[in-house]
Amino acid sequence: MSLAFKKIYTNISHITKATCTLKATGISNEELAMVDGKYAQVVKIMGNKVTLQVFEGTEGIPKNAEVIFSGKAPSLKVGRELAGRFFNAYGIPIDGKHIPDGTEVEIGGPSVNPVRRRQPAEFIATGIAGIDLNNALVTGQKIPFFADSDQPYNQIMAMVALRAQADKIILGGMGLTNDDYLYYRNVFDNAGALTRIISFINTTEDPAVERLLIPDMALTAAEYFAVQEKEKVLVLLTDMTLYCDALSIVSNRMDQIPSRDSMPGSLYSDLARIYEKAAQFPDGGSITIISVTSLSGGDITHSIPDNTGYITEGQLFLRRDTDIGKVIIDPFRSLSRLKQLVIGKQTRGDHAQVMNAAVRLYADAMNARTKMENGFDLTEYDQRTLDFAKEYARLLLAVDVNIQVERMLDTAWELFARYFKKEEIGIKQQWIETYWKEQPENRIETNQELNHEHLGRINISFRNKEVE
Amino acid sequence: MEKGKVKNIISNLVTVETDYSVAQNEICFIRTGQSDLMGGVIKVAGNHAFVQVYESTRGMKAGDEVNFQGHMLETTLGPGLLSKKFDGLQNDLNKMQNLFLQRGEYTDALEHESEWEFSPLAETGQSIQAGDWLGEVPEKNISHKIMVPFKLEGMLIVKSIVDKGLYKITDTVAVLQDFQGTEHIVSMIQKWPVTIPVKIHEEKPRPFQLLHTGIRLIDTMNPLAEGGTGFIPGPFGSGKTVLQHAIAKQAQADIILFAACGERANEIVEIFTEFPKLEDPNTGGLLMDKTIIIANTSNMPVASREASVYTAMTMAEYYRTMGLKVLLLADSTSRWAQALREMSNRLEELPGTDAFPMDLSAIISNFYARAGFVKLHNGKQGSITFLGTVSPAGGNLKEPVTEATKKVARCYYALSQQRADSKRYPAIDPVDSYSKYLEYLEVQRTLGAQLGDTWVDTVIEAKDILLKGRETYEQINILGDDSVPLEYHEKYWKSELIDFVILQQDAFDAIDSYTSLERQRYMLYAVIDVCHTEFNFQLFDEIAPYFKKIIDMFKQMNYIEFQSNAFNQYWKVLEELINQKKAKEHEPGI
Ligand SMILES: Nc1ncnc2c1ncn2[C@@H]1O[C@H](COP(=O)(O)OP(=O)(O)OP(=O)(O)O)[C@@H](O)[C@H]1O
Ligand SMILES: [Mg+2]
Repeated sequence: MSLAFKKIYTNISHITKATCTLKATGISNEELAMVDGKYAQVVKIMGNKVTLQVFEGTEGIPKNAEVIFSGKAPSLKVGRELAGRFFNAYGIPIDGKHIPDGTEVEIGGPSVNPVRRRQPAEFIATGIAGIDLNNALVTGQKIPFFADSDQPYNQIMAMVALRAQADKIILGGMGLTNDDYLYYRNVFDNAGALTRIISFINTTEDPAVERLLIPDMALTAAEYFAVQEKEKVLVLLTDMTLYCDALSIVSNRMDQIPSRDSMPGSLYSDLARIYEKAAQFPDGGSITIISVTSLSGGDITHSIPDNTGYITEGQLFLRRDTDIGKVIIDPFRSLSRLKQLVIGKQTRGDHAQVMNAAVRLYADAMNARTKMENGFDLTEYDQRTLDFAKEYARLLLAVDVNIQVERMLDTAWELFARYFKKEEIGIKQQWIETYWKEQPENRIETNQELNHEHLGRINISFRNKEVE
Repeated sequence: MEKGKVKNIISNLVTVETDYSVAQNEICFIRTGQSDLMGGVIKVAGNHAFVQVYESTRGMKAGDEVNFQGHMLETTLGPGLLSKKFDGLQNDLNKMQNLFLQRGEYTDALEHESEWEFSPLAETGQSIQAGDWLGEVPEKNISHKIMVPFKLEGMLIVKSIVDKGLYKITDTVAVLQDFQGTEHIVSMIQKWPVTIPVKIHEEKPRPFQLLHTGIRLIDTMNPLAEGGTGFIPGPFGSGKTVLQHAIAKQAQADIILFAACGERANEIVEIFTEFPKLEDPNTGGLLMDKTIIIANTSNMPVASREASVYTAMTMAEYYRTMGLKVLLLADSTSRWAQALREMSNRLEELPGTDAFPMDLSAIISNFYARAGFVKLHNGKQGSITFLGTVSPAGGNLKEPVTEATKKVARCYYALSQQRADSKRYPAIDPVDSYSKYLEYLEVQRTLGAQLGDTWVDTVIEAKDILLKGRETYEQINILGDDSVPLEYHEKYWKSELIDFVILQQDAFDAIDSYTSLERQRYMLYAVIDVCHTEFNFQLFDEIAPYFKKIIDMFKQMNYIEFQSNAFNQYWKVLEELINQKKAKEHEPGI
């Protein structure tokens, strides 16, 4: 953000927890200002009365405090020098280095003309079968992890980011604990990826409302690299629930009528504005957004995950599977809506049918489990589905799996043949003829290609294997 | 004076001070920096006009100049709309050259330079009224009627009309004289305010025939009538958009209007990418040639979301008055309701349930009422079939938009999370969903004529089997597999057979995605025959494997061309399978 301020006033008339109001003329809507040395933005103009939202809060601001208007909306200087740098919510370096040079652009700029977009079409391989097999990601997609706060989502997201082969990774941290911030830094550093990373960080130690600037900052930088430099940019936003909490703080303080779960009525539009920045551009650049929406008690009907789900192109739902004692990508509640653009096209032709068949059989297993829990006898088929489900979770759904898609498909076929008859899997004859494996004795357990590090060791695995 | 000055700015609600006698819903432009931002008056109080601005108001200042336009938000109507991509305010998106949308850039909906081959249909001296056909021009594959402007009142006389030839849309094609003797010059374009229904028809009879969509759960089980209304509520990810896209691709309509209202840009890009490559399965023509897309995606200005559905409806009414079968799809009407909510909150109106405006229900019902089948003054018929999606918060159907829509829409296609989770697509709940049209006698009559006298009864029987299947499934779950009579298992599996073969349909398979009516008829009767069969099972655990085999065969058939060799082959195998297990009591000699 530029510090070239112009108009100066010292006549604040009203101060609330979050805002100051004063008489001023020629002020434009959404203009950036400094109030008593704190960043603020114009949120309301009533004739010659201007109301400013002070990001840090108004503690200690006196009525005669100096108010300096900048004459423009919040902005960021974009250029190649952003690469490898760490910034706060205002775009000011926090890594002790110089302010990078570049072209100043307003953040939160206009949207892409839909007719100028391209259809996303490039498969992003992550090695995680719960993603690649069941919920394949595509460049230009926007998708959140839905996870309870005790799930290792930051670890998984870092892992996905490093494997995704993006030209730039832009981290937007909102209410990140200092530990998690340092975790990201270390993981990226250890992977030798720091030069590809740009971070905009608001930690739990910073004022909550400042978070509201993070996504726009991160995405403005992303647009520069994707549009000007034609790069493949991956934007990580964590944790969007904390972003929404900041929205509700602001709307509450401004006396707006809350809608569900004390969120502002505009929550859908507010989130859409951010997520819709994900795009495949005509010249090859792209912005892919992977975010985290933390849940409370797995409740996806809460206003935040609910509105998010209506905007994003699917969601990746993390759950601890007690059968195998590992975190899995839940095949029922997860979804990638762009998967059909790449599966069976950039992956093997049987992909879609194998994926659906496995999930269907897994659903049968869950029904069998309910039956069992209700104290009923299981049929022989029920028993087989349960056995299948366990192996399916262990070999494919667990987040610590790291294999190629081809291997995922082969694994699924081996499991089908081991537990089922051909007519029980409901797959087109054509694929059965090609891929059905008649010898289920060929045990998969012994297959050394499969890679199951425990999640706790992900750090190590980055050092050993993940460095590209 | 038609000018005013900006006084207050709260987000996109701007209060304008003016002495001019502004009209409710009047359009104005606000000069902000180098751009003129469009807005619409939504409330007037004394010399204050409350304007909702259709753009971001960043940079706007108190004192900025406002120019009122003297008319409401209007849609431009004329030849050349087909296959175009508009935003919610009917700007032609293709004419905007930049990668990013520029604030304050407005583009013409039609081409002023193109020439159209006009053939007169009316004669000099003829008495004529609004909506009557003066002539026609070929537009893509349809005959686009040039009509008496909808705004002209009463009976008029054709003073003159041009000969057949090439004309530009602004050229005069006719001169009409009204009952007061005033002459009106008519060209090929006219304008109409989007929020006012076009009511130009002799009568609006009840819908009486099916609008074929190729989707079995709709056509067979819950038919949508031509000129009818329906809605698709469902939690996120349950398949609303995929279903609407499938309907858009396959429905037997002359014109498809797709209003993407506050939804994802990538979904609209999918239409842009796919439709030009696809053929209309009914006519073989290019799909894009009969399609108009109104894209007001979720990141585009909120205020024009509302406008987008009205803009689409107005174009639909225009084409209906040409005697065409129009299908209007809106995804999602909830986003439009949310836009209304945002504005109503900013106006500090008394909120209704979930902070939606009090008159939400009336707004929705007035909008749905614009659909319908009409008989025109010239005896021809036209129709608008309207199908909207609803995105209920938290997937809970007890919310204002779903409830208000349920009161007016006649088809209810409720998508179920559970079915979507188990990949039973399309996830339309077969028990909760309904089509009121199935109860219309006139619909039953046309269905009978098309598909046979027993058709409607068979459909009702299939629904019955599904319902019983669900009940027995619950019983089995409560009592346990071996504590219920064998027939429970059989009943349950017969309902699964209908579910897997008729209800479930792969929207991404070239063959399965579209089922002709003839094929739907064949499959329903084939499946019902199996349901009528009495089987000879000894143990409950032979039932599931047996039905799975049958289901598998039928499903393979669904993936194969109708009545091809392979299709008939499967059918033979199926017949054998069924005969093996048939209860033998009718066999002679025993
Ligand atoms: N008929 C179908 N066949 C196969 N897959 C389907 C079908 N319908 C939906 N899906 C799957 O479900 C996903 C979500 O569907 P869709 O985008 O239509 O949901 P939606 O109800 O419109 O969600 P939202 O309210 O968030 O827009 C699709 O991307 C696809 O993977
Ligand atoms: Mg949708």
